[in-house]
Amino acid sequence: MTSDQTQQLIRAVEQADSPESLSQAVWALAAARQKAAIPTFIRVLGYNNPGAAVAAVEGLVKLGEAAVPSLLEQIDGYDYGARAWSIRALSQIGDPRALDILTGAAESDFALSVRRTAAKGLGSISWSQLPAEEVSAAQAKALETLLQVCQDSEWIVRYAAVVGLQALAATQLDYKKRVQVHFQQLDKSEPDLTVRARAQMAAVQLQQMPVLN
Amino acid sequence: MGESHSEQEPLTVEQVIANLQQREDLGLRYYAAWWLGKFRVNESAAIDALLAALEDEADRSPDGGYPLRRNAARALGKLDAPRAVPALIGCLDNSDYYVREAAAQSLEELGDTSCTPVLMKLLDGGVAAAQPVPGKPHLVQPYEAVLEALGTLQASEAVPQIQPFLDHPTEKVQYAAARAMYQLSENPVYGERLVQALQEDRLPLRRSALMDLGAIGYLPAAEAIAKTPAENSLKLISLKGLLEHHLESNLLSEKSIEIMNLMDSLL
Repeated sequence: MTSDQTQQLIRAVEQADSPESLSQAVWALAAARQKAAIPTFIRVLGYNNPGAAVAAVEGLVKLGEAAVPSLLEQIDGYDYGARAWSIRALSQIGDPRALDILTGAAESDFALSVRRTAAKGLGSISWSQLPAEEVSAAQAKALETLLQVCQDSEWIVRYAAVVGLQALAATQLDYKKRVQVHFQQLDKSEPDLTVRARAQMAAVQLQQMPVLN
Repeated sequence: MGESHSEQEPLTVEQVIANLQQREDLGLRYYAAWWLGKFRVNESAAIDALLAALEDEADRSPDGGYPLRRNAARALGKLDAPRAVPALIGCLDNSDYYVREAAAQSLEELGDTSCTPVLMKLLDGGVAAAQPVPGKPHLVQPYEAVLEALGTLQASEAVPQIQPFLDHPTEKVQYAAARAMYQLSENPVYGERLVQALQEDRLPLRRSALMDLGAIGYLPAAEAIAKTPAENSLKLISLKGLLEHHLESNLLSEKSIEIMNLMDSLL
């Protein structure tokens, strides 16, 4: 794709005159996977148009770590809705530079959909992008956060925390035992049937993981 | 509501019950009735106060409705209150549509089948009688609530009255009929009718179908639920319905793992 073509797709987003045509234009731009589109995606997160925001998140996630600096730079100036969408993008990208934002969001964001998405994201950080000496402290913080989020008042947030814990224990096998014990406790203490079932599934799948030495 | 954290002083149950019983501040009473249901205050004193509120004459809307009674009827459905059933049945012929609707929903939640003959009476006249009320945003009866309650309460004697509503001109009434027919027959034709509704152009109809499919736990809908364009939060609730319905009679199976994998992808 030439930069002219990218500019054309960006103009289509800027000139869209209905919610539907905006969504379509953002999806087309997302499919192009061009870094030049990052500022446009970020603007769209603030348009209060869920269809277009889903497409912009998709576009940012496809660009991965290239999108992270801009997302982090602008996040504090965002209005509430845009902030929620950008946390969604950061959760899916899994870049460790977003760890602080994701930790805070999983613990105490106002919206359950943001706590949910951040909890899942905390389990699937690309740890190898961190300097080796920082990895274990960062993982320990993620573990503590997720164990705490398992006490959230909303079932879906607890469900996401279980998913996050399973993913974390699968990448950091030192945590496997502790996480499995936690899942066994949930089986007794968790009031929600769906969350209990998810914890059982996680325990079984962790158990079946081959031991790599 | 689930997303807000209140900054105010926490209320005590005694205070809220007193708020419901006082006569001066109507707003306070209205809020108290909602609160007792929201926090599922299963106390005899709360149920007594709500039952008294079902007979309130003080809180009237400009068009003659009974706002406090609506809230009290809704709240009673959320409590462990079998003794509220006769009073709620009485509400089914209240002049206020929304009181009738709330009562039908609460009777469904309470699960006591003694109300089915009275619920069925609200279907009298069939589809022909089920017309919009001029100047109001609703039909003459709360058909969705009534059909859904009859399905949940396993009122198989009502099938001949329910079936014609599959062809009612209002989509959501059709869905309610399909939902009830599925619960009464487990015939996949009715589940598929709701899966089709996930393809509707209008988002409110897709949302409605998501809730119906979750309520009946129609397993073959799982993929279609995950794919339909709607909020992930609603799709997750719908899939939760499927999963829990399935878990009632199964341990962790292939099927439940499949549903949870779909849920994971929507987080």
